[in-house]
Amino acid sequence: MLRIPCPHCGLRDYTEFQYGGDASKIRPVHTEECLAPWHDHVFLFDNPKGVHREYWQHRLGCRQWLIIDRHTATNVIEPTTRDPTNSDLMNSDLMNTGRQP
Amino acid sequence: MNAHTRRPQGGHMDRSQVLHFSLEGKPLVGFKGDTLASALLANGIRLIGRSFKYHRPRGFLAAGVEEPNGLFTLGSGGRTTPNVVGTTVALYDGLIAHRQNAWPSVEWDWMAINSLLAPLLSAGFYYKTFMGPCKGSWMFYEPFIRRAAGLGRARHIKDPDRYDTRHAHTDVAVIGAGPAGLAAALQAGRRGARVTLIEQDSLLGGCLLSESSPALTEWRQQVMAELASLPRVKILTHTTALGLYDGHTLALVERRDASAADPTRGQAREVVITLRTRALILATGAIERPLVFGNNDLPGVMLHSAVHTYSERFALNLGSRILCATNNNSVYASACALAQHGAEVIIADSRPHIDQALMESARAVQIRVLTDAQLISAQGRRHVRAATLAVAGQSRPTTLPCDLLTLSGGWNPTVHLSSHTGIAPVYRAAVDAFVPGRYASGHYGAGAIHGCYALPEVIREGATAGQDAAMQAGYPQPVDVIAIPAVSTVPYAFELPRTAYPRTRQKAFVDFQTDVTTQDLTIAHEEGFVSVEHLKRYTTLGMGTDQGKTSNVNGIQHMAALRDVPIPSAGTTTFRPPYTPVSIGALAGRRVGQHFRPIRRSPLHDWHATHGGVFTEAGPWLRVWYYQWAGSSVESAYLEEMRVVRQGVGLSDVSSLGKIDIQGPDAAEFLNRVYVNGFAKLPIGKARYGVMLNDDGTVLDDGTTARFSDTQYFMTTTTAQAVEVMSRLEFLTQQVWPELAVNVTSLSDQWAGLCIAGPKARAVLQNAFPTLDSSDAAIPYMGAREASLGEVPLRLLRLSFSGELAYELYVPSEYGQALWEHLLVAGAHLGIQPYGLEALASLRIEKGHVAGLELDHRNTLDDLGLGKMASRDKAYIGRALSQRPGLKAMDRWSLVGLRLTTTGSPLRGGAVLFAKDEPLTGHGRGYITSVTWSTELNQYIALALYQGGLRHEGEEIVCAYPLKNEYTRATIVSPVFIDPSGARLHV
Amino acid sequence: MKAMHRSRYSALSLVRHALKEMPWRRAWRAATPQPHYDVIIVGGGGHGLATAYYLAANHGIRRVAVLEKSYIGSGNVGRNTTLVRSNYQLPGNTQFFEHSLKLWESLSHTLNYNVMLSQRGQVVLAHGPAQLDVLARKGNTMLLNGIDAELLDRGEVMRLLPYLDYSSECRFPIYGGLLQRRAGTVRHDAVAWGYARAASDLGVDIIEHCEVTGFIENQGRITGVDTTQGRIHAGRTAIAVAGHSSHLAAMAGLRLPIESHLLQAFVTEAIKPFVDHVISFGAELFYISQSDKGGLVFGGHIDGFNSYTQRGQFPKAQDVAECAVALIPSISRLRLLRHWGGIQDMTPDGSPFIGRTPLRDLYFNGGWCYQGFKATPASGWCFAHTLAHEEEHPLIRHLALDRFERHNGFDEYGLGLWPYRQ
Repeated sequence: MLRIPCPHCGLRDYTEFQYGGDASKIRPVHTEECLAPWHDHVFLFDNPKGVHREYWQHRLGCRQWLIIDRHTATNVIEPTTRDPTNSDLMNSDLMNTGRQP
Repeated sequence: MNAHTRRPQGGHMDRSQVLHFSLEGKPLVGFKGDTLASALLANGIRLIGRSFKYHRPRGFLAAGVEEPNGLFTLGSGGRTTPNVVGTTVALYDGLIAHRQNAWPSVEWDWMAINSLLAPLLSAGFYYKTFMGPCKGSWMFYEPFIRRAAGLGRARHIKDPDRYDTRHAHTDVAVIGAGPAGLAAALQAGRRGARVTLIEQDSLLGGCLLSESSPALTEWRQQVMAELASLPRVKILTHTTALGLYDGHTLALVERRDASAADPTRGQAREVVITLRTRALILATGAIERPLVFGNNDLPGVMLHSAVHTYSERFALNLGSRILCATNNNSVYASACALAQHGAEVIIADSRPHIDQALMESARAVQIRVLTDAQLISAQGRRHVRAATLAVAGQSRPTTLPCDLLTLSGGWNPTVHLSSHTGIAPVYRAAVDAFVPGRYASGHYGAGAIHGCYALPEVIREGATAGQDAAMQAGYPQPVDVIAIPAVSTVPYAFELPRTAYPRTRQKAFVDFQTDVTTQDLTIAHEEGFVSVEHLKRYTTLGMGTDQGKTSNVNGIQHMAALRDVPIPSAGTTTFRPPYTPVSIGALAGRRVGQHFRPIRRSPLHDWHATHGGVFTEAGPWLRVWYYQWAGSSVESAYLEEMRVVRQGVGLSDVSSLGKIDIQGPDAAEFLNRVYVNGFAKLPIGKARYGVMLNDDGTVLDDGTTARFSDTQYFMTTTTAQAVEVMSRLEFLTQQVWPELAVNVTSLSDQWAGLCIAGPKARAVLQNAFPTLDSSDAAIPYMGAREASLGEVPLRLLRLSFSGELAYELYVPSEYGQALWEHLLVAGAHLGIQPYGLEALASLRIEKGHVAGLELDHRNTLDDLGLGKMASRDKAYIGRALSQRPGLKAMDRWSLVGLRLTTTGSPLRGGAVLFAKDEPLTGHGRGYITSVTWSTELNQYIALALYQGGLRHEGEEIVCAYPLKNEYTRATIVSPVFIDPSGARLHV
Repeated sequence: MKAMHRSRYSALSLVRHALKEMPWRRAWRAATPQPHYDVIIVGGGGHGLATAYYLAANHGIRRVAVLEKSYIGSGNVGRNTTLVRSNYQLPGNTQFFEHSLKLWESLSHTLNYNVMLSQRGQVVLAHGPAQLDVLARKGNTMLLNGIDAELLDRGEVMRLLPYLDYSSECRFPIYGGLLQRRAGTVRHDAVAWGYARAASDLGVDIIEHCEVTGFIENQGRITGVDTTQGRIHAGRTAIAVAGHSSHLAAMAGLRLPIESHLLQAFVTEAIKPFVDHVISFGAELFYISQSDKGGLVFGGHIDGFNSYTQRGQFPKAQDVAECAVALIPSISRLRLLRHWGGIQDMTPDGSPFIGRTPLRDLYFNGGWCYQGFKATPASGWCFAHTLAHEEEHPLIRHLALDRFERHNGFDEYGLGLWPYRQ
C-alpha cells in the first residue's frame, strides 16, 4: 500500500487521495493565448522512470492538493516533498519512520 | 482408525476430541489437531488424487502449504470449495471431502488413458496441433481440452458465508512463528513494541512441532507463555501473510475455524486484514526440495520433512521400511527418530563422504547408510514398493524394497514476501538456495529464509531481528536477550549430485501438480525456451495452485544443467502475491450485494420511499425514477408527471446537484476565470447560467452560480460532475491561483435542493411564504433571494431546467423534508405532485438543455450550441486549446433536435444518423443521444449530435438502428422544442 | 539471405517426434547482431515481433532485427488478460480493430502456431437505460461497418449468463448488454512465440538480452542504435516498447503524450468450466473470462498513478474481487491464485500512436493503453506497411503522434484528457 505523508493529516493510505498527475510542468499563465505552450502543458509528459513530481489531493481528508516527489520505480516518496502553503510541516521525520504525528 | 498407522501416544492432537468427517461419503474419524491430510493418512488412505494431465495416482508429498497433489473439494451446496489443500485444512467435525480430477473414481480413473498418450502430450503440444483442418478448428477441439483441464469443480450457487475486512496497525509484524519468529516476537515484545505474530498454522512453533527434544519443547512452551503475558503482543494463528506491499503493509487472511464461522451469528469465515507496520520480520522458514527421478510421483514418495512431521506431530507411522534419499545433513536426526519408532530405515545419501558423527548416530539406531547412492526410479503401481539406486562401486543398479521413500534435495527458503517488494532472490551457493537479494529498509529476516538452519543460530538471529525491528519502530530501550536452548546440531552441509538428474525411461516429475517432467524441460531447452520465465510459461512449470513451491528451484537447476551454465546465470523467478490462494469473497469482505458500493441518498430519501417513489441508480446516487401516483411503470408514469409540470405544478428533489459556496474578495475574478462567460459583473441577487471547460477546450460542466453578496456566491453543478468540479476548483484556488483571495466549500451534502416547476409554481411559493414578495418584479427570472422558513435559512433561485416557471430552493439537509412537506401542503389545492428523474430528463429534452449524455468530455461549446456564451474579451480555462482547428471545424457533430416523421418504430437513443439518400454504411453523420415522448408535441423527439448541426435544419434524415433492424426517418429541428422565445420563463 | 527451412507443426509432427524421440528444433534462431539491417525494431514484444513478421512476409524486407532487452514476450504480451474484440465506435478505431480481429481469425494458420483463438463471445453489460443507449450506438456502428453485434435485454442476458446477480440485492441491476460473438481470448504467450518463430523462419534476427542504450543521430536522421551488444546501423529504426516508450523516446530527444501506468491482472485457481464468455461489467471497469487451463482471468482499472514498478497495490485486488462477486456471486469461494502488474502506456485520449516521428527514419508505435494485446496483429501489419512505404497505412493515419496539436484525438469512452483516468 502506497502511503502518502499528508502535512496536515499524517501518513495515510493512497486510497484516501486522488491522483492529479504531473506537477513538474509549469502551467502557462492564465491569459496565455498561444496554442503551443498549452499543448505541451496539457498533452506532453516527461514520464520519468525516477523521481516524479506529482499532485495528489487528499480528498478523504483535508482536501488539500499536495505536491509529492515519488520515485516511479520504487514508489519511495522523497523527503523533498513539500506543500507550498505549509513547507515547514513536511520536514518532520514522519516519512522516514512511518510515525504518525 | 488404522492402528498400524497411528501410534497410541504422542503428537499434538487432542485425542479426547474425536472428529467425524467423510471422504466421498465414507465416514471417517480423526482428532482435534489433525489436518485433513494427517487424518486421511491415519485412516490408511494414501491415494488422494489423480494428476492434472496424465491422471497418475498421487499421494501426499508434503505436510504443509507446499503440497502439490492433495487437493480436495470440500463442503456441499453453496459451501462447495474446490482445490483445497488437504495438508492445510484443520480437521473439523462434519467436514465433507471429495477427491478431484478423476472419473469415475480416484481408484479407477478412465482418464488415466492419458498416460498412454503421454509422448504426444509433451510440453507445448497444444501450440503445435489442433489447428486443422480449417480456420477456426480450435473451437472444435477446445471444449474437450477445457473439460479435461481445470482441477476441481465449482458450483454456481451463492456463497452463504460471510467475510470481513479489517484495517490494523502494529509496530512490528513477525511473519512465521517457527523458532526464529517466536524469538523475534518475544524480543520485540519485551521492548514494549506492539507486535503482531502471524502464523498460517493452527499452532505456534513451526518445525519445533516436529521436534521431540525436551529442551526445545520446553523452550517453545516458555516463549509461548511469555508472549501470552505481553498485552501488546497479538498472535494471529490460521493467518497467512498473502503479500507484502509498499509502505510496510501486509495483506493477511485469517481463516476462522469452520465451526466458528456461522453467518447467522454474523461471524465471518475469513477476514482479510490490511496491516500497516513500522518494521517487519520475515521468519518464513524454508520448504524442502524433492528429488527428481523416475516415478518420483508414486504415492508413498514423500518429502522427508513431511514424513517427520506426520511422525512427530501427528504420531503417524507411515512406513515400516523407509528409504531416505538425500544430498544433505538435514535428514539424519529425523531418520534416527523414525528408526526409534520401529521402522527399518535406510539412508541413501548421494554424497560420497559424509560427516563421521552423522554416520555413527545413524548406525547407533541400526540405520544403514549408503553413500554415493543416487535414486534412479521408484517402483510400484499404486504405492511405492521398491526403489532403484545407482550406488558407487556397483556396476548395476540396486533395487531396495521399501514402503515409504522420503526425499530431501535440500531446502528452498520461503522468499516470496521479500520478492513481492520487487527484490529479486539471489542464489547463494553456500546453501544451494535462493535467498532474498537484500532486505528493504525496515525489513529484517531471520532463520531459514536466508539459509540459516542450525537451531541455536536461528533463534539467535530471531532475537537480533526482534531487537532491530523494535529499535526501528521506536523502542530503543535495551532488554534482556531471550534464552537460547542448549541443543546440539550438526551444521548444514550438502553436495549437489555429480549428474544433475538420472537418465530413466520413467517419468521424472519436476512439477507434480502441473505434471511437468524432465522430458518437458528437455523439449523446452531444445526449442529455446531456456529463460526461466519462458520455461515456466512454455511448460507450465510452477503455474499450479502451489505456485511451484516444490518445483521452481528444481526446474531452474535442471535448466541450468541442460544449458551447462551455473545456477545464477539460469535466472530466477518473480513470486507474485498471494503466497497461498485466497478466497475472492474474503478480498471482497462486506462489500457485496447492496454494499458493493456506497449508496448516496438524498436527505429526502425516506420520504420518497414511503410515498411511492421508485428508485433508480444514477452513478452512486439512488434517485427517484418516478412516483407511483403517476403510474405503475416508468413508461406511463413519467408522461403523467410531465403533464403535471407543463400544466400545473410539480415538485422534484434535486439534492444530488453539486452545491458549492464560493467566498472571498476575489470570488468574482475567480468565477470569471473558471466560466467561459462573464461573471465579473453579476449583480447581487442574480444567478447566471455558466459553462466551464476542461484545459483541452471540451465542456466539463454547466450549472448556475448566484451572487448573494459582494463576496459570496453559490454555485450548482450537475450531479455527474459535482465531485470533479469541486476538486478542480480546489486545485485552482490552492495550486494555480493561490494569490486569489477566494475559498470554495462544498455544500453538496449539507444542503438539500428542491425544485418547484410549472405555470402554478409562483402560486405555490406565495402560499408557502406569505411574507415573501415572490412577484416577477421581486424575483425575476434568474433572480436569487435569501429567505427563511421559520428560523431556517433558505436560498431561492428562479431557474428553469424544464422550461417552465420554476424555483430552486436550497435548505440545510436536515430541513429538506420539512420544506418539501411544507411545499406539498402549500400547493395541495393547486394539484402539486412530485415528479422523478425520468420526467426531469424528458422535460429538459423538450427544452433542449444538454445533460450527462451530451457532456462527455468530447464536445465543444459549439457542438452543444453554447458557442455564443463564450466571452471574447477575457481569458478562461480551456480557451487556448479550444481554438485548435479540429475543435473549430464546421463539420463537427453538433446538437440538433429531431422529430420523428414516420410512424411505426420510435426514435431510439444510440441510433446512427445518415443523410436521406446516402448508403447506410460506416459511421454516419451523428447519433441520437437522448429520446423522449413529448407530451406537448405528442410525438417522439430526440436530441442528437449531427455533422454540421443546425445548418441542416429542416432536412429529413435516416436514423439507423440495425440492432433491431429499424430505420426510421426524422427531421432536423431546433433542439428547443417548446417555448423557443422563453415566454414561459418570464411570466 | 538466410531463409530457414521451416519444420511445420502438426499432429503428424508430434507423432513423428514422439515415436522417433527426435529432438525439436529451436522455435526461433538464436541470433547475434549484424552490423547493419534494413530495419531495426526495438522491443521484442507482440507488436515488435508482429511488425518484423509482416515486414518479411508482406513486404519482403528480411534484413530485420528485433532487439529485446530481456527475453521476448517479457512485457505486456505475456501479462495481459488475453481479450480480443472489435467493438469500437469511433471512425478509425472500428476499422482498425476489425482488421485486427480478422487477422486473429487466421493467425494460427498464418503462423503455423496454435494461438488458440477462442471466440467465446464478449458481453458488455449495461446497468441502466442510458448506458444501454451508449452500447446501442456502438452496436449499431459495428453492424453498419460489417462487424457482428447483438443487443441483449435483461432477459436475454439472463438466458445467456444465468449465473450473474439478478437478485434484489444487486447494487447495479443488469439492464441489458451488447454481445460480440466473434470476440474472445487468445493464448497470449503463443502470440509472441508464434510471430517470433515465423519471423525467424523468414530470416529476421531476434536478438534477446540486447538493450538499446542510445540512438545514432546524423543530421536529423536516426541511423541506428547503440546497444549492450554494440552499435547496430539501420535504414529505419522502429520503437515498439510498451511501458518504456517515454524512456526510449527521451534517448532520441522526444517528449511524448504518454504516461506509464500499472495495470494489474488476476487469475484464480484452475477449475472445471465455470464461465464460458468474456463478460465486462458496466458499473466499473472489470472483465472476466476463463482460460483453457481453467483459471478465471480478470482485470480492472489501472492503479491510477504513474508507475514503473510492475507490482500492484493491494486495494486494487480488493476492488476487483468486489466487482467479481458483484457480477458473479458464486465466485466468492473460489480463490485468487496470483496477481501481477504490467506497465501500460496511457495517453490523453486512450488511443495509441503509430507512425512517423519528427526525426527522419525513426518510427514509433506505442501508447496502447488497454488495447495493446487485441491490436497486436493489425498494429504489426500497419506498422510494417508504414516502415516499408515510409508513409502511414490508411488504417492508422488517425493515430499520429502530433494529433493533439489539431484536435482532441479519439476518446472512445469519453473519459477526458487525463491519461491516468483513461
